Amino acid sequence: MPRWRVLAVFLLPAFLLYSVFIIYPLVSALDYSFFEWRGIRQAGFAGLDNYRDLLSVYPYDQQLWRAFAHNGLFFAGTMLVQNTVGLLFAVLLFRYGRGKRFLQASFTTPYLVDPLVVGYLWSLLLNPTFGPVNALLEAVGLDSWALPWLGDTHTALPIVILVNAWQWVGFPMLLFSAALASIPAEYHEAARVDGASAWQAFRRVTLPLLTPAIGVVSVLTFIGNFNAFGLVYAMAGSTGSPAGSTDVLGLLFYRVAFVEGGVEAIGRSSALAVLMFVFIFGVSLLATSYFRRRERRLV
Amino acid sequence: MTAGRRAPGRVAVHVLLWGYAVVALLPLVVMLLNSLRPTSEVFTAPLGLPTSPTLRSYGQVWTDASFSTYFLNSLTVTCGAVLLGTAVSALAAYPLARYDFFGNRVLGAYFLAGLMLPIRLGLVPIFYLMDSMGLIDSLLGLTLLYAASGVPFCIFVLSAFYRSLPGELDEAARLDGAGEFRIFGQIMLPLVRPALASVMLFQFVPLWHEFLYPLVLLRSDEKFTIPRGLSQFFGEYTTDWSALFAGLVLATAPLFVLFVLATRQIIAGLTAGMSK
Repeated sequence: MPRWRVLAVFLLPAFLLYSVFIIYPLVSALDYSFFEWRGIRQAGFAGLDNYRDLLSVYPYDQQLWRAFAHNGLFFAGTMLVQNTVGLLFAVLLFRYGRGKRFLQASFTTPYLVDPLVVGYLWSLLLNPTFGPVNALLEAVGLDSWALPWLGDTHTALPIVILVNAWQWVGFPMLLFSAALASIPAEYHEAARVDGASAWQAFRRVTLPLLTPAIGVVSVLTFIGNFNAFGLVYAMAGSTGSPAGSTDVLGLLFYRVAFVEGGVEAIGRSSALAVLMFVFIFGVSLLATSYFRRRERRLV
Repeated sequence: MTAGRRAPGRVAVHVLLWGYAVVALLPLVVMLLNSLRPTSEVFTAPLGLPTSPTLRSYGQVWTDASFSTYFLNSLTVTCGAVLLGTAVSALAAYPLARYDFFGNRVLGAYFLAGLMLPIRLGLVPIFYLMDSMGLIDSLLGLTLLYAASGVPFCIFVLSAFYRSLPGELDEAARLDGAGEFRIFGQIMLPLVRPALASVMLFQFVPLWHEFLYPLVLLRSDEKFTIPRGLSQFFGEYTTDWSALFAGLVLATAPLFVLFVLATRQIIAGLTAGMSK
């Protein structure tokens, strides 16, 4: 049997499956974004019109920036709460005695749960009338804290960020734990011999050596947050209620493409997909190379 | 933490960590407990325990809300996709890792690019592609799409495993006159079996949770997977909280069972690869 036939048998099934269902749609999205659309019919080359429309035509001109800003807040909030707490847990658990494995397992348990289930679960728990969270707050005398958390435009997004952090905090904790375990103990001993306090040792020795792990966690958090969909959909519907205060790019993309895009849906949603791809991919690349450089300076 | 730590600090650490363990687990416990008591109790005593635990809501959700159908659909699509994706990847990763042929590197990079591409952004073209093939509202369409989405990851992991196998193995077999497919099927594939189990498990979780594709590609209730069915169910049963909690438990339970059963297998699979 000629060799190319052997190769074809091995490679062709995966090549076809992957090309048809993954690569072709992505390339098509780029192609679609440069055409004018009337329903599912192409109506001529449009250049960058779809992109311009997204930035200038009502309601997208407002919704796009709002969703983008919410994703930015989502990322900043997650870095501040989830990843800082994850690092704190990793440090506190590092030399923890009995119960360490149980604690690690409990902190990571929520991420076995479907984000959609997490979203629905917390929307029930936070229900202002029948939800156990407010009942608990009232039971311990914090009546003034028993608020409609998800119904208020000021608190809805922070609550989504906290619920997301509740689900994922085990992930930075595990990564930081592994990174801490790989730091040689002599470094800390040397710092202590030189008279450094626990905080100084952490700030000057541990933290810089965690740079690679911080880089990985930041980039993965960024990618995860900018692709958020299921959790927000479950907690705030496809419009990011109340009043769009939790709207994110994932929801906006879904709405433009399949709910309210009208005859221009294909072109505009494809343009949005391309913009999101360029932004997420570009920032990830820049961040990765930034952390690589920081890492090299360490050595 | 450190040896010279004062007592109050140590107490604070214990309180913080065990307190957070309660925060992490309590919502899941509440979900389970509330599914075991009638809605009237859930409403009148939000913090109460089940007075007489009952599985009534599960029966209701399983049959009336067609979770049995959703469950079967999820199982069909996820298992079918994991098997298909792993099978085609196990084939493709082999020559990429062990044959030297023209275009090997380019093809490898082509497959690995999928690891970094946000594949959901191709959703609109996927919709029209499926439409043109008559695969809208079809479990087969979803299976093919899911299988394809696992290919980059599987090829990435499996080719590393194939590469770690000693070269004498296939040289010896070739000298003995074995054909390429026999070498693959009888020597190489059995050796990467632990890795196959791990990649299958790693594909299973995100596919079991996948929501956006079924939201867009499935139309009728009898085709829904669990996440898609759940979103439907939350719209219809808004006031029957006991049933809602039972639905959430049913959506979550399979993965917990799978992980309890498979954790050893995953660890065994990963370490087997590392020690070689």
